[in-house]
Amino acid sequence: MLGRTANGLYWMFRYIERAENIARLIDAGLRVALTRTNFADEDWDGVLQSAGVRLNYGDVHATLTSANAIDFLLRDTSNPSSVLSCIESGRHNARMVRTALTRETWEATNECWIDLKRLLVRKAHSADMPEIIDAIKRRTGLIRGAFHGTMLRDDIYNFSRIGTFIERADNTARILDVKYYVLLPAAAQVGSSLDNMQWESILRSVSAHRSYGWVYDGEYNASNIADFLILNGRMPRSLAYCYEKAVSNLGYLAQQYGERHAAHDTAERTHASLRNRGIGDIMEYGLHEYIEDFIAQNNRLGQEISDGYRFYQG
Amino acid sequence: MMQTGGTPRLPYQTYHDWYAQQDPACLIAKTTEAETIFRKTGITFAVYGHEDSSEKLIPFDLIPRIISGREWRRLAQGIEQRVIALNAFLDDIYHRQEIIKAGRIPREIIENNVAFLPEMIGFRPPGGVYTHIVGTDIVRTGEDEFYVLEDNARTPSGVSYMLENRETMMQMFPELFHINKIRPVENYPNLLRKSLASLAPKGCRGKPRVAILTPGIYNSAFYEHAFLADQMGVELVEGSDLRVIDGRVAMRTTRGYQTIDVLYRRVDDDYLDPLTFKPESTLGVPGIMDVYRAGNITIANAPGTGIADDKAVYSYMPEIVEFYTGRKPLLENVPTWRCSEADSLKYVLEHIEELVIKEVHGSGGYGMLVGPTATKQECADFADKLKARPSNYIAQPTLSLSTVPIMVDKGIAPRHVDLRPYVLVSDKVQIIPGGLTRVALKEGSLVVNSSQGGGTKDTWVLED
Repeated sequence: MLGRTANGLYWMFRYIERAENIARLIDAGLRVALTRTNFADEDWDGVLQSAGVRLNYGDVHATLTSANAIDFLLRDTSNPSSVLSCIESGRHNARMVRTALTRETWEATNECWIDLKRLLVRKAHSADMPEIIDAIKRRTGLIRGAFHGTMLRDDIYNFSRIGTFIERADNTARILDVKYYVLLPAAAQVGSSLDNMQWESILRSVSAHRSYGWVYDGEYNASNIADFLILNGRMPRSLAYCYEKAVSNLGYLAQQYGERHAAHDTAERTHASLRNRGIGDIMEYGLHEYIEDFIAQNNRLGQEISDGYRFYQG
Repeated sequence: MMQTGGTPRLPYQTYHDWYAQQDPACLIAKTTEAETIFRKTGITFAVYGHEDSSEKLIPFDLIPRIISGREWRRLAQGIEQRVIALNAFLDDIYHRQEIIKAGRIPREIIENNVAFLPEMIGFRPPGGVYTHIVGTDIVRTGEDEFYVLEDNARTPSGVSYMLENRETMMQMFPELFHINKIRPVENYPNLLRKSLASLAPKGCRGKPRVAILTPGIYNSAFYEHAFLADQMGVELVEGSDLRVIDGRVAMRTTRGYQTIDVLYRRVDDDYLDPLTFKPESTLGVPGIMDVYRAGNITIANAPGTGIADDKAVYSYMPEIVEFYTGRKPLLENVPTWRCSEADSLKYVLEHIEELVIKEVHGSGGYGMLVGPTATKQECADFADKLKARPSNYIAQPTLSLSTVPIMVDKGIAPRHVDLRPYVLVSDKVQIIPGGLTRVALKEGSLVVNSSQGGGTKDTWVLED
């Protein structure tokens, strides 16, 4: 496979994953705004930070308003991480690596682009938001379904999956990083409605507010939530899950190509630490520091994969 | 579809009966359905010089063009004869130039031609094949009258539409494929791959590795390049993916460099090798011509094949066919005035309103004048261009092209069409039974190019 193709696949799936995660963040933000009487426009600050675009937003808008924040996250093409930008970039990469994709995967991606471009052509009315968020989740879900159902399990598949998990781990870590103070034991006055709201917003932004209840018997507390998002191997957006998958995808490539790279060591080391550490240990080390380390390490892994497998852009 | 007297022509009989039973509103709705299918699969092309139109659809008409087995056999023989002559001509032009010595074609028309590549003189490509893929443009003017408009011996495009049109028709009207015996076209990608692999260079060790070279995602035909690579199961590469290593052309892969044996290039000669041709080209591979001449890669089509489909050379095709095959051409050439000749120029200027005038090196329907439909002013302006550079133009009579029915809002209406069958050349000549039918959608128009508002339709060759 061309290094350019591997690069294109990796980024195609990073962008699609990001589009979906941004939609989730907006959804969680809207939900909080609906259910809290004292919700203010400034509360979008955290959402923009979680999306990693707070500074970009400041370049475009002088003041923080709910409508502007949503528009910026959804369809501002000057924001490289807006849903629209992500779908454009994802589809652009897909078009470039068209030959590596099954017809079904390509069509799902192309239709996602056609549909969302149409939906996002105008500034969204708040009444349209449920339909839009739903369309983003559904369209990206169709890509994933077509991909899983039709792709050969070869290096193409594995590079694509690696892109998905590196992006997802990054997104989950960012959500935690922005909200880490909510999970600090000192700040946690267990049972207060404010905390419950904040926690639920975190769980919603990773589509996990239901599954959390099942796993922890409805026991809402900071340490359980941190455990769920960082260490729980069954939770498909947790750091541990993402790394288990990334390690396995990288393992396939090592076996197939008969060579290992620095990326393999980095991924395995991180995965081992996620498996062996308890949440108490992490809280003691410092949640914020831990997540910061993780994000830096995750970026390094992305770079090592790119170097090891000779990624390049056309 | 119809013959004089109002009965359908024989190959259309079954279709005609089926059509009579359809609900017209349903058929019109199917047109929208077809468009959705094309959008979704991304069958688009780019029109140069249009803002914000980087991805357009070619209109698809859902009434098939139907050719009987008998008609097809006749056409196929004529095409085969012509393609054999083209390859023989190319071999001769780049070697002994017997046809010039015999006085059948003037020396200056070859040697002063930009499509003639001195780099190819004395070099014989693997298998002696110059033009591996040919798309012969044919028009019909009567029951048994076919003319060749162009030979397209460089990089004929449009084959993906032939395949997708068929695919779309089978999806929308499966019943038609039960009641008609239609010869298949869908094995084209496989035949192409085998045909190319069979012409691997002598330096190839092991199973030949084939790749398609595209100018990239912004090229008007990128969809087709990707489509073919996908269907053939070969790598789609750009110039920046390739470099010459140890005398072989290699691509940058996730495991390091891997050599390529056969390159189906969709990049023009000029851009193929910046060390040999245009130095500023970033679409090609520096040094690939040296690898080629050393016998370590096959390039399809060979560089320099443009000399065979040049519009000035076209007018000599009857002589060329006869010179190399020893027989009269089975397919007609459109009578052509070469404006470089004073008598012809005079005639053309006097009859400008009756003629079609084309640039010698032009393509895509750009820079041409269709006399009968042009305004007085357009004719006068074109006459000035002609006088300024006569050798840049040829002129042909407007043929009374056959029409086929298309779907319009009010039902069906006749429109002019041409036909481009695709031909693969290796140690044998294979002609795919079918091809791309291009249709001039504007009423009365004779220009079928997609860049000028043309559409396409599925083309059936019946088994009979």
